Formats: sequence, C-alpha cells, structure tokens
Amino acid sequence: MQADVLIVGGGGAGCSAALHLAKRGVRVVLLERGLVGSQATGVNYGGVRQQGRHPAGIPLARKSREIWSRITELTGADVEFDPCGHLKLARSEAEEAELLRWNALAAEHGLHPRMIGRNAIRERFPHFSDVVIGGSLMEEDGSANPRLLAPALARAARAAGATILEHHAVTELAHDGAAFDVRANGTHFTAPWLLNCAGFWGGAIAARFGEPVPVEKLHPNMLVTEPLPYFLRESLGVVGGDLYLRQIPRGNVIFGGGRGESDAAISVTRPRPEAAFGAMQRAIAVIPRLAHAMVIRSWTGTDGEMPDHFPVLGPSRTTPGLVHAFGFCGEGFQTGPGVGAVLSELVMDGATDVPLEAFDIGRFTAAPGAV
Amino acid sequence: MKVVVVGAGPAGIRAVEQLVRAGVTPTWIEESPDGGGRITQRPPAGFTRSAAALYGADAGRARRLHATLDAMKPRTDWRPDTLVWNIRPQDRVLHTQTDGAAQAEVPYDALILCTGAMDRVLPLPGWTLPGVTTLGGAQVALKAQGVGIGAKPILVGTGPLLWLTALQYAKAGAKPALVLDTTPFLTKAWQAAGMMWNAPTFLRGIGIMAALRLRGVPIAEDATPLAIEGVEGATALHWRDAAWKEHVTPCDAVALGWGLKPESQLADLAGVPFDYDALQHNWVPRRDAAGRAPVAGVYMAGDGAGIGGAEVAELSGARAALALLADAKLPSDAALTAHLDGRLRTEARFRAALERAFPYPAKLAARMEDSTPVCRCEVITAGELRAAAAADAPEMNRAKAFSRIGMGRCQGRLCGTPAAEVLASALGVTVAEVGRLRGQPPVKPIPLQQPAA
Repeated sequence: MQADVLIVGGGGAGCSAALHLAKRGVRVVLLERGLVGSQATGVNYGGVRQQGRHPAGIPLARKSREIWSRITELTGADVEFDPCGHLKLARSEAEEAELLRWNALAAEHGLHPRMIGRNAIRERFPHFSDVVIGGSLMEEDGSANPRLLAPALARAARAAGATILEHHAVTELAHDGAAFDVRANGTHFTAPWLLNCAGFWGGAIAARFGEPVPVEKLHPNMLVTEPLPYFLRESLGVVGGDLYLRQIPRGNVIFGGGRGESDAAISVTRPRPEAAFGAMQRAIAVIPRLAHAMVIRSWTGTDGEMPDHFPVLGPSRTTPGLVHAFGFCGEGFQTGPGVGAVLSELVMDGATDVPLEAFDIGRFTAAPGAV
Repeated sequence: MKVVVVGAGPAGIRAVEQLVRAGVTPTWIEESPDGGGRITQRPPAGFTRSAAALYGADAGRARRLHATLDAMKPRTDWRPDTLVWNIRPQDRVLHTQTDGAAQAEVPYDALILCTGAMDRVLPLPGWTLPGVTTLGGAQVALKAQGVGIGAKPILVGTGPLLWLTALQYAKAGAKPALVLDTTPFLTKAWQAAGMMWNAPTFLRGIGIMAALRLRGVPIAEDATPLAIEGVEGATALHWRDAAWKEHVTPCDAVALGWGLKPESQLADLAGVPFDYDALQHNWVPRRDAAGRAPVAGVYMAGDGAGIGGAEVAELSGARAALALLADAKLPSDAALTAHLDGRLRTEARFRAALERAFPYPAKLAARMEDSTPVCRCEVITAGELRAAAAADAPEMNRAKAFSRIGMGRCQGRLCGTPAAEVLASALGVTVAEVGRLRGQPPVKPIPLQQPAA
C-alpha cells in the first residue's frame, strides 16, 4: 500500500498527526499495534496542564492548549475537556518558593498563573488540610477523559480520509534512500515520510535507523475511588509531582502518584501496591475527607521517559523523511494534539512555529559539537 | 514449602484436608467471618436452627464439611475476614486486608484458588428497585440470617438454584407468588438421560420440582420476565407466558438468577489465561483436569475454576491439592487421585447435561430494551452500550472505556456477562469475540485510609 505519510503508533500524537495531515489532503496511513489510545494516551491521569513545565516545553504546551480549546469542533466528539483550572499546591515554604519561581518564568512565556495565599486557600478550599500552605492556579488548564481522546482523533482522521489500521503491529522497517518500506500484519506499506509516534517503543524505531536513545519505561500508578459528593472542580498537583488528583462531576476521585511496574516476559503492566499506598496517604494528607473513601480500581500503562525529561520530537539525524515524536515522559496527554499539528507542519511546510531545539534527537546521538 | 489456600468453601475445605494429611501447614484465607461456602452456608455463632432445617437433603454433606472445616482450622494459619485484593505472580505474593483494615503481604510457593461463584443476572426493567436481589442472595439471607427477602417473593431465572431456593422459601413459611423458569419443560426433559450421570442429584431435582407443585406454588416455564414493577420497591412482576399471554403478578420481593459465573478475578490477576466455555456461557480460567493453571505454582478448584456445583467443588478441591503435592514431590494418595479423576469425569458429563437443561437465555439479554440499566453501579443502559458499539468498540474493554460499563464498584462482576451479550449482538459477532473485562486490583474496594504499618 502506497501512502504519502506513514505513522507508527496510534496515541494522541499519532492520531492527531493523522487528522491534521488528512485535513490537508495527504494520503496518510496510521499503523497501530493494538487499539488506538491503549497505552500512555489512554491510561494516564487526563491532565491538560501547562503548569509546571520547563520553559523549553511551554511553547508546545501552549500550541496544544489552543487546539484543546477547539477539540470538540476538531474531533466532532465530546472528550470531556473541562478547563477547570490546575491548582498546584505547596506543602512547605520551599515548595511555595518553587511555585513563585515558576510563576515568574511562566510570565515571560505568556502564561499567567495566580498565587493563592494561605488565607485565601483556606477560605476557597475548606476541604484542604493545614498541610497545604498555598497554591498556584492556572485557570486555563484542566482535564479531559484520556480514554476518549485518541479514539475521537482517530475517528475524525478517518472521516477526513486517513487510513487508521488497528491490530497492525509493525514487524519490519526499511528505508531505501527515498522511501520507507514498513511491514505490518503481513502487508507492505511504502511512503516517503515516516512519523515515529510509538511511545516507549519509539526508541526501538529510532535505534533501527541508527539513532539509539536512552528511553526508559514509565508506568504511572493510577487509582480511582467510588463516587463521592462533588466537592472539587480544580485538578490538583503538588510541587514535586508525587500526587495529582481530580474529581469528575459524577463524583469519582481519580488520583495518581508513584510508579507501577511491568513484566516484559508477558507484556503486562501492573499498578504497584506500595505506590498505591503512598499516593493514598499523600491524598489523605492534603484532603482528610478522603480517608474513608474506597479505592475501586487501580491501573497503569506504558509511557516513554527520557533522562532529561524532554521528549524526542523532530527530524531524524540519520534518515531523511523520518520524524520522531516519542518519550513524552508522562506529559504527552496535554501535548498530543499539538504534537500532531507540529508533525503535520514539519511534513507539509518544512517548518513549525514551535521551537524544537531542546527535543532534538541529536542531543543523545550527535557527536559533541557537531550539529 | 509455603502453600496458601484462598477460600474455605467446599473446594477449599477439601483441599486443605489433603494438604494437612500430607504434613503441609497451609495459610488459609477466607473473605467471610467463617468458612462453609454458599450452598452449605454457615449461620453465625449462636444461631440454633438444625442442619436438617438449614440444608435439607444437603444436611449430611454440610455437617461433614463443617466438621472438617473446624478440625482443619487449628492445623493451618487460619485467616478469616480476610480479602485477597491483589496478587503479584512474579514475586508470588498475595496482598490481603483483614477486617477491612490491616494489610499484609502473604508469600506463597504454591497457591490454590477456591474463590467460588456468584449469580449470573439478566437485567430487566426495574431490576435495580429495592426488594430485588439474586437467587444466591435470597438463599444466603435465609440460611445465614434466618430471614427471607419477602413473604410472597417471586423467583425468576433458570437452573437448579431457582427451584431449590423456591422450595427452601416455601418450607421456611414464605408463599412464593411465582417461580418463573425461562427454560421450557421439554428442554430440561431432553437432558434427563445425561443427568443420570448423577442420578441422586437428578432425582432430587425432580423431587424439588414435584414438591413445589404439590405445595401449590405457581410455576411458569418457558416464560419471559418483562419488567419488575414498583416505586419504592418491587411490588409486581410483569411477565409473558409460553403462549405469549402477559400477566402481572403481585409480590413483595424478587430474586433473579440464571446459573452462576466463576469469581475468577484472582486467577486473572495471577496471569492465568481464560477460555470461553460455550456450553457454560462463561469465561473460565485455563486449568488441566487436576486443577493446574498454566502459571507456575497456581492451582484452581471449585466453581471459581468453572461452574460444577458444590459436590464437584469438594472433589476438585481435593484433586487440586493432590496435584500440588505430587508436583512438589510430597506424599500424595495415588488411589484417591485415581478415584477423584473418575468421579470428576462422570460429574462433567452430568454438568454438561445440566447446562443444556438450563441454558442462559442469551437472546433475552441481546434483546434488552435500550432504557434498561445493564450496569447498576454506574447506571449504564443497554442503549448506551449499543452507542459504544456504534462508536467503534469492537470488544468489552473498549466498550468500558467509551461507556463506563464495568467501571463502578463491582468492576463488572455483575454486569460483565449481560453486557457482553448486548455488545456482541449489537456488533453482530459472537460473545466470545467481544472478550471479557480485564481485571484490575483491588479485587474488591479497599479504603484509602490504611492503618499505620
């Protein structure tokens, strides 16, 4: 099968790229090993958060946030995006200082978080414990349903003319100098462009083209409670990131913190009880009324994590037509729609308005000084 | 060697008995305050009704089981009131919670899962009203607490438990307003020959049906329940008879049940693969005839390993323990092993006939009205599930992601079976093709607040 662009990986980035390319009339084929959105995009917390990002990542997050504003119109589906605000909590003076430091940086990049002081936070959030001494609110941040995003993008991409093939695990990858030849589920696919959106497994694709990178597995440890009376609109985080927590309008509290684990032998990921207990304890420390709530389910999945916490996003250094977008370090749900747009721009326009220097694969593979 | 037995019903009791006999001291974990299982459910201490009154024809078996249970407790590390909520098969560790609080990690070298079964329910309008429960629930209320679900209950479903529960209620002084069996009489009669593989049980079943008729309990076979009516609680059943005539029968409670499904979440978390058993209409964890799972160190017995009933549970519990002992090169009784293998083969023939005699009415589930709630925890209707199918959910876990089916407190234990029927029929595929809901810990809810370690 001949295409203009092949995409490997049906997460948020891959499905968004398929949609953005198909809308511009490109013949695009997306190959997904299982069902779209089964890995990092589908199992994460669902945070649509710019807050707390490294300044190098803010332009990408802002571009993606702009797409989130029109996600319903873009996908024709309700993915439960709610700009409910992201409130990052300080539990010590050092953490409060950290919030102030980031807020000053964010202002330079056009973001406007707002500090909420001790008295105000007590007044506005009476269910917080005294452990919380302040917070910073990013009003335009929010959350969405991670289970719905990738399928919605894929559905819209199909409607725009993209070919989305699920249960198509890639078994061979080659490049003859002009085009890629990819074999999946017994079929050959060829195209001059290949977008590597394969999450943790993107590392293997990069290595296949002579660009090995130190990508590790990241398994977010997630939990959900039974429905409780609705008391919390904002999505919560803490300085240090060892707890994130939100309540959906139907009442369930979704929270995470710590890491799950995987068993490579049987390709299974599992939440870890030790991580779950840690997150449960930290949740109660912040919101004591959760003490007697019941956890009804826990889960995890697999994302890719890079040592410097930046994704690999941009053109390959070895292979013309290959563009990488993987290793989003647990922050890819928010950026997924924007990454897809960036990829479509790289393919169609040869450039994007988002600075990608920090995400260049060359930081791992290029000889020192050679750029 | 650290051996853990989960469950102290008929399978668990007979498994422990064989282990102890071979000199093994297992850790024995039971979720309830006491063992005994469901069919031979024990009332709490201090209740005085006799075994004969509680268990009828099962009284002798119940007495023997309970005697073994009590004899074995001091010879094991007995842990009642203890929920196993997670397994880490790679480390061979169970995570348990006792009395709803105290956490423990229980390591094992070998594990026998005797986790039992629960009722299989077919949602119909009104099934979430107060006063509606399952046949198993109605029976446990009677046996464990000496209370009925109502004075004139209606019992709906199919299977031996339907008729047995009806007779137990009639004997306890209730006046069942109707026993509605969705299976035609002839479907049952056709299987009579096959059921002779366990002639005593078969004849007892015939006796129960006859006794109910003799007591004048209204019986409808080949009938269809249409809706449970009521405002504050169930007050009537709207149903249709074999001649398609509709009736409204007043009642004060309703019990539903169409056979049983294995409670196999722990096998799932242990990494045991599952196969679809078309005859039973259930997903069943994979095991050999002796109860060995394909996961090293894991054995399964009783209804949790595939529905066989209480008698088979006793046999398969002992058999799984003997397999474990043989695998561990510990003394095991070869003659008993051969005897159990023979009995289990015969019982399998009986069970096959029984499943054909009381089939799960899959078509009723597939035809469920759009407005009927399938998942009562999250209140997801059949229509919402069909919408998920239309939105390209080719299997159960994707349907869960789209519709929230199975995401509630019971994690799909109750709604998983009927939801699979609705989804499969909406997609025009077999129920085996839509798969089953993936298990996630905790197996049952645990509180956020954990006692200090």
